[in-house]
Amino acid sequence: MKVRSSAAAVLLILLLVTAIGADWIAPLPYQQQNREEARQSPGPAHWLGSDDLGRDLWSRLLHGTRVSLLLAAAAALLATLIAAAVGVTAAYCGGCADRLLMSLTDLFLSIPWLFLLLTVRALLPLNTPPWESMAITFLLLGLLGWAGAARLVRASALARLASPFALQAHAAGLSPPRLLAFHLLPNLTPVLEAQFLLALPAFLLGEANLGMLGLGVSEPLPSWGNLLAGLTSPGAVAESPWLIAPAVLVLLSLLAMHELFGRSRRIA
Amino acid sequence: MKKFRLLLLMPVFFVALLAAAPRGGELRLCLRGEPKSLDPLMVTDEPSEVVRYLTSGILLRRNRRTQQLEPELASAWKVGNAGKRITFHLRPDVRFSDGTPFDAADVEYTLRRLADPGLASPAGEIFRTAARIQRFERPNPLEISLEFASPVSALEDLFDEAPLLSSRSPIKEKAVLGPFRLAHYRRGVSLRLERNPNYWKVDSAGARLPYLDAILLEIQLNRDIELTRFRRGELQLISNLDADSFDRLRRQAPGEAVDAGASLESEMLWFNQSPAAPIAEYRKAWFRSRAFRRAISEAISRKDIVRLVFRGLAVEAAGPFSPAAKFWYNPRLAPPRQDTESARKRLAAAGFRRREDRLLDAGGHAVEFSLITNSGNRNRARIAALLQEDLAKLGIKVNVAALDFPALIERLNHTHDYEACLLSLSGIDLDPNDQMNVWLSSSSHHPWNPRQAKPATPWEADIDRLMKQQAASYDPQERKRAVDRLQEIVYEQAPVIYLVHPYALMAVGASVRGTEPSALKPRLLWNAERLYLERPVAGKQ
Repeated sequence: MKVRSSAAAVLLILLLVTAIGADWIAPLPYQQQNREEARQSPGPAHWLGSDDLGRDLWSRLLHGTRVSLLLAAAAALLATLIAAAVGVTAAYCGGCADRLLMSLTDLFLSIPWLFLLLTVRALLPLNTPPWESMAITFLLLGLLGWAGAARLVRASALARLASPFALQAHAAGLSPPRLLAFHLLPNLTPVLEAQFLLALPAFLLGEANLGMLGLGVSEPLPSWGNLLAGLTSPGAVAESPWLIAPAVLVLLSLLAMHELFGRSRRIA
Repeated sequence: MKKFRLLLLMPVFFVALLAAAPRGGELRLCLRGEPKSLDPLMVTDEPSEVVRYLTSGILLRRNRRTQQLEPELASAWKVGNAGKRITFHLRPDVRFSDGTPFDAADVEYTLRRLADPGLASPAGEIFRTAARIQRFERPNPLEISLEFASPVSALEDLFDEAPLLSSRSPIKEKAVLGPFRLAHYRRGVSLRLERNPNYWKVDSAGARLPYLDAILLEIQLNRDIELTRFRRGELQLISNLDADSFDRLRRQAPGEAVDAGASLESEMLWFNQSPAAPIAEYRKAWFRSRAFRRAISEAISRKDIVRLVFRGLAVEAAGPFSPAAKFWYNPRLAPPRQDTESARKRLAAAGFRRREDRLLDAGGHAVEFSLITNSGNRNRARIAALLQEDLAKLGIKVNVAALDFPALIERLNHTHDYEACLLSLSGIDLDPNDQMNVWLSSSSHHPWNPRQAKPATPWEADIDRLMKQQAASYDPQERKRAVDRLQEIVYEQAPVIYLVHPYALMAVGASVRGTEPSALKPRLLWNAERLYLERPVAGKQ
């Protein structure tokens, strides 16, 4: 058990380090086209081979990891914070505020987010630089992805508010902000962590889906999504199996997160 | 006695001959969508077009290999009155699939239906506009003359796509004159076409066509599944392959990958010159500058697009007509070679200047534009990335925006809110008249500046004049001169920058015989009546 957790921790740390340090670790700029070296197999010059335009796939994978992992984490954090705010407010205030917030939650749950994302992306100014358009994509994922978690947070918060410690704190005359900040939220941490960990792969896959549709991060910026788009043809994968590297990385990172955070929660 | 024996042997001889004839078999291939209509007059989409082509009879056919007209149900024809009159002599003893006889009354009935504004047949649009028939004459059941209001260019070509219907058959449009008739249709799954027992055509040995017993058209949208099934031997034909799949196939099964050379399609780029476009005036000024457009054209490496994006399976483009359009292609125009230095000089002469690594216009604005294209097309994404790097050498920054198709069309046709567009012109016909809506400045599909009340520039006025001139003439040479000049203007002004013409790529199973692959559609099925499957020889695997 400990070995698995350690391995997961090492992997995640490695991923984070490569994500942050991609500019220094990557052997070549991710956008550099070496047109005479297109479609090369893995070798000393290109560890993971090169793509159709002669771009170094290893460098693109490192930069793609930064884009996807950091921004998916940021989007998941945003979604979790919104879910916490909505869920806790609804549970604590009750009455009209509860009904209103839960109706809003239902509304967000019923939105076909993929189509909404497509619409919003179509409305973005066309000259939006790739980094900005990508940040907007993840921001939208975060803004749209909180609703399911908010319902869970509300249910958990209601249960905690009815528990003896909360009643005691209330009876002792604790102010609502203090009750929420020092008693309720710490008790909701496991739920919020779980929601964060559920949102993270969902957003990673959301970006990957957009990338597969050609609507994700725009050229020449790489992301796991647009690197995964190279896997749409089974023939191409059979011929160049190293193309599955981004898929392996997505899978490993998700397993590592599950192993590390899921296990620590179960222990807690 | 000897003669008697010979007579006795004759039936045996014929039976043996029939057995040796390459008859029989069921050909299987995929349609990439559900046919929207099985009424041959109401065809708008490619799957319906395939069904129509396989089942309907026509008066004349343009041979997709030689690009010459050939007689079909009209054994002879004559154009007169400077392209205002055409007379057809019909084949005798032809019957529809249900046994109803075919004659001139059926031709008149079909053409009247095509021209009927109430029916609004897409196939008959030309008969309601440029080729309005004023009078029909039927001196006998096997002869019909049509009198048009004005000369019609490419008059005979109209009858390559006019499916003939029976005026008397009780089963109406289900009675067909083509090599096959619809036997079974499972919506969303497949269509089975079986041999038309009354098909009129015979081969040189006198054997009745078609050779095949049936064609099974399976509805399959996923191209990867289609290719996998082809490799497994479950399908025998693929009419359209992308360069990546073709490249893999030609390495795995070289005999099955068929390349018919350049197609009629073009990958192209244009800048928005519409006065209504909600973009800054200084940017519009760049896009209206011939020097700017020519410099962009010169800075692009078409060679790299062919090599890296299409794996060598495309030709560099100089203009709207590819070498596949044998008659209309203008070989005097060579595709621009990448020459970054010349492009820089052009820009400098037009008032652009370099500061560090950026290009500035005369007003000091950094030159940067967005390039829209449709999402989900990997080739176009690759072309866009190549353009980004090629133009970066001039100091121009290109922001690529892939949009879903409805959003793209909305910007192109309605809001005009875009700067440059990378797209393909596909599904076009051989004749320049098919591109009328692209070139006329008043057209809503005129790419760079649609719906002009009057041409914005003298060269656009010239294009309008040349298009109308060729459309009004019946003389092919006069038309060719006009179209050549049009291509020269487009080359000089570069309102549309043509990049490459992709090859027509197909797959033909090892057992299929009789194919004559063509870059023109339907690429493998245009002579479907002569296709057959090689029978396995007994005792041989």
